Amino acid sequence: MSKVPGDLRYTKSHEWVRVEGQALVVGITDHAQDLMGDMVFIELPRPGTRLAAGKECAVVESVKAASDVYAPVAGEVTMINEALANAPETLNTDPYGNGWLFTMKPADPASLQGLLDAPAYEALLASEA
Amino acid sequence: MIVDTLAAVGREPLCVEREISLMGHRTPLYEEHVKAGARMVDFGGFDMPLHYGSQIAEHHAVRRHAGIFDVSHMRAVEVQGADARPYLRYLLANDVDKLGVPGKALYGCLLNEDGGVLDDLIVYYLAPDWFRLVVNAGPAEGDIAWLRAHTGRFAVAITPRPDLAMVAVQGPHAEQAAAQALAGGEYEALMRLAPFQGAFAGDTFVARTGYTGEAGFEVLIDAREVAALWRRFVAQGVVPAGLGARDTLRLEAGMNLYGHDMDATVSPLESGLAWTVSLGDREFIGRAALVRERERGVARRLTGVVLRGPGVVRSGQGLRGAWGPGVVTSGSFSPTLSRGIGLVRVPGAAADGDVCELAGRPGQVLEARLVAPPFVRQGRALIDLEGEGR
Repeated sequence: MSKVPGDLRYTKSHEWVRVEGQALVVGITDHAQDLMGDMVFIELPRPGTRLAAGKECAVVESVKAASDVYAPVAGEVTMINEALANAPETLNTDPYGNGWLFTMKPADPASLQGLLDAPAYEALLASEA
Repeated sequence: MIVDTLAAVGREPLCVEREISLMGHRTPLYEEHVKAGARMVDFGGFDMPLHYGSQIAEHHAVRRHAGIFDVSHMRAVEVQGADARPYLRYLLANDVDKLGVPGKALYGCLLNEDGGVLDDLIVYYLAPDWFRLVVNAGPAEGDIAWLRAHTGRFAVAITPRPDLAMVAVQGPHAEQAAAQALAGGEYEALMRLAPFQGAFAGDTFVARTGYTGEAGFEVLIDAREVAALWRRFVAQGVVPAGLGARDTLRLEAGMNLYGHDMDATVSPLESGLAWTVSLGDREFIGRAALVRERERGVARRLTGVVLRGPGVVRSGQGLRGAWGPGVVTSGSFSPTLSRGIGLVRVPGAAADGDVCELAGRPGQVLEARLVAPPFVRQGRALIDLEGEGR
């Protein structure tokens, strides 16, 4: 079974969000990496990029497929995980830790309320199974 | 292959790919795969393991140590009778008269009258009145119907062997593991074999054949005994490897995959398989079409492509060079080269070494270079990547 940590927020398109102070850390879920298989390339947005909620903002490419990553909420990219360039497999081995993609500053902190909590995301996975 | 039907080159939201929807046929090793945590996918109508966790790790295991593949979805078919040899000389584009010594194997294509490839297969010469074919899973039923429809004047019987299972053990340590995992007689038989040769030990057939570009062998065995055989190899440290690794290994080795690099709409001459066509003066199905094609000039050819930067080559991608358009027939990421590689069908004028551009994801153009496959053999890179840093 895919891991779904209780302290994160989720999107229907399988991104996760962790609140760290004023910033949000964004990644893709264990379920997503498991379906994608071995990651080989990650394309991340430049810091400073303004993201619109639900719009594509990064690409993860596995041996099997290329997939867009969508911005969970509107905001601005502050940092990217540069270590992924040489170790894309980190997304497979540690999707909620060292496999984070980027951090962002949300345009509206309240926008987080529109995301799924862990039980809701688990229910989504169950319905897709 | 399977992974490409999932990939379909596009910008897809995460996880829209479909896994198996309907239950397919199962091989006798199905339970072993499930127990080992395999991700199962449909391939040629069979539920097969895509990987057991990481297809890249499985790929490296085969290049560096040894891996074991369930290839029981492939179908063994016996061709038996007094006319077995003349019959196969008429049915196959390669000439089984090259097989002089029992046990020798030959790779070749089954063609239709238009010279299109119905399937590619390995034929083993077992006895003057007995040849064994091993054909692909998807086309198997069509092959068997075709073989039976063309027995005509020949005294032959066509007998599919769904009672046999097949595993491939591949990699530099495959033979070492076999010393413990195979029965004594089977191991002794294996040790006497030259490459592309097989032999019986009792009812079990072992052959030095494979689809990875590594040393190794394949075992055709009673379906009821294969799970025990599988477990003995795994106990020797041989790594279960799925279809994902099988695809990247064969692609690095420059080997075609039926249904992708060739099918009934293209000839072997356009598919990098001219070396498997023995025109000679023998009559065989498809010969006239190949002779006509050769006379007017083979319009397209199959060769390799390697990306000059980051990216993954995907089956179905278009490409363009000074000579016009071409298409990727197989593509992936080469774990050995850490580079996107593929097989491409291009105009006859395209030369290896030429640069070209691949249409990647929408808006993405991938710089690439044509290269003669294979890319990797026996663990060694054969493509010079110098001056093309990532």
